Amino acid sequence: MTWWRTHGRTRALVTRYVLLLVVLAISVGPLLWQFSSSLKGPQDALYGSEATFFPANPTFAAYQTVFEQVPMGTYIRNSLIMCLLTVFSQVVFPTLAGYMLSRQGWRGRGVFYWVLIISMMFPFESIMVSLYTQITDLGLDDSFIGVWLPGAISAVNVLITRAAFSAVPNEVEDAAMLDGAGEVRRFWKIYLPAARGAMVVVVINSFIAAWDDFLWPFIVLRSEELYTLSLGLSRLAASSLSYDPRVTMAGSIIAIVPILVLFVALQRYFFKGVESGAVK
Amino acid sequence: MATDVYAGTLAAGEPAVGATRRSRTRGRTRSRSPRPTSGAALYRPWWTPWLWVAPAIVVIGVFGVFPFLNTILLSFTDARPLGGGGDWVGMDNYSRMVADPAFWLAVRNSVLYAVVAVPLLVILPLMLAQLVYKKVPAIGFFRTAFYAPVVASMVAVALVWQNLVSENGPINTALKQVGIIDSPIPFLSDTTLLLLTAVALTVWKGLGWYMIFYLSALASVPKDLYEAASLDGAGTFRQFVHVTVPGVRLTMLLVGIMSGIGSLRVFTEIYILGGATGGVGGQARTLPFYIRDVALDPISGNVGYGAAISVALFVLTIGLAVASHKLGSKEED
Repeated sequence: MTWWRTHGRTRALVTRYVLLLVVLAISVGPLLWQFSSSLKGPQDALYGSEATFFPANPTFAAYQTVFEQVPMGTYIRNSLIMCLLTVFSQVVFPTLAGYMLSRQGWRGRGVFYWVLIISMMFPFESIMVSLYTQITDLGLDDSFIGVWLPGAISAVNVLITRAAFSAVPNEVEDAAMLDGAGEVRRFWKIYLPAARGAMVVVVINSFIAAWDDFLWPFIVLRSEELYTLSLGLSRLAASSLSYDPRVTMAGSIIAIVPILVLFVALQRYFFKGVESGAVK
Repeated sequence: MATDVYAGTLAAGEPAVGATRRSRTRGRTRSRSPRPTSGAALYRPWWTPWLWVAPAIVVIGVFGVFPFLNTILLSFTDARPLGGGGDWVGMDNYSRMVADPAFWLAVRNSVLYAVVAVPLLVILPLMLAQLVYKKVPAIGFFRTAFYAPVVASMVAVALVWQNLVSENGPINTALKQVGIIDSPIPFLSDTTLLLLTAVALTVWKGLGWYMIFYLSALASVPKDLYEAASLDGAGTFRQFVHVTVPGVRLTMLLVGIMSGIGSLRVFTEIYILGGATGGVGGQARTLPFYIRDVALDPISGNVGYGAAISVALFVLTIGLAVASHKLGSKEED
């Protein structure tokens, strides 16, 4: 015990790691519990005091069953389509707009800026009734385009890229102009590379958002062959009385793992982008 | 699609405010000086910039700004979801709303949600950021792991939680084995407990997200303040209260507003944990949940009435933002 008292620095470090491990158990523990449960065989208890963390008879049977009982492949494909559509439009158009917004001396720049700010004041849930009537009026009810269109371009991504473009000094642009580089060329050669960090943040955020989204596709989509993974999962869970709980668990793990892998693969850029203030 | 892209929107509160200030001053210097600061603008036809921003301005205008004006208009009509109706009914929807007990229940649930979730989401992520701020070995692993619930999709993690808190789930089993309880806690069937469980889920999933904001804020707290405090004999807790908290107060205000607005937007947590009805007899429905039930059912939906409740949700949101801003600036004096 005297050691404990005299080694203040070691003690602080030990306390820090103990706390880190506690938080780790809280944040990742539930996901691991779900994963281990999804691997349990029919003989392994899921609930009650006999349930153990490590399954005695691990099997991927539930994963096979979930693909047989619901069109899991279709759900995954639909979610990927939504993600790709959204990431594409959220990267291309806000980048173009963000670039122009960072340029000075054109009429209407202020108006555009205020349209962006005002649009961010309305939470989606307070305008979804109108959005739904608009989408039905356009005949886009129960379609991918109807799900994608209202969230295809976000003001926040215009502002994120604008901030990155503004960080490029004016002198660089002027020098490029003297060399005879036109607007498009300057954008492509000078500005786009400078905004790479911000664009990674935009890609990750919009991919996660599209993969995660539930309420809006839930309102717009009715045909099961158009269901995204989130919708399919909720439907699977609602009818789970007839299913083995392991099947729903396997389904939820399938929804979590790809996005987690994507994030871990890109996390270096993400945290770097965050530290450089792209999302702050 | 819209939902969480809009959540991201809120995340950008800070740069937006900063940016406003910056571009305003810039605009002012521009109008004073005879020429724009960059030469490029001189060689640009007036319509080129509009070409670049056209897709953004059209989509954001039509699906970001117009819907709000349309919602206000719709709230004075008896419109139906798939066309039909749409006659002017004056204040009818609003008088119906004020007299509707289900509406007030949804308001109560949403406000209760915010009241419980906001303090937790302001304090806990700050403590978490403090914990992972120092670059000790393997800290990258911990930061990424703490962010995992943020990237996992809500429906999936709500299903995880449904298992955790179920009657014979690990939480009830553990509590029983320790001997704290005899019969399982009805986390999902009691309305209040269901709401609190949903709050816990929201907080659990939001910890990593807000931790990021505090991480970048902590970088701006002067290090020597901690040294000075520690020389004065202040322990970890007092350093936290007297150095960290004042240093990141603006970020706390931002996180407070963001998490408050987020709480008023809750739908999925209740839908998955409490079922399609929103708890027993719809007792746990939040405002967005009630709006969906009222307005967006293709057969019995009432768009006009739903629009009126949407306006109420908007007013509540703005009220919350203004109130926390007032609170924040008062503390500054």
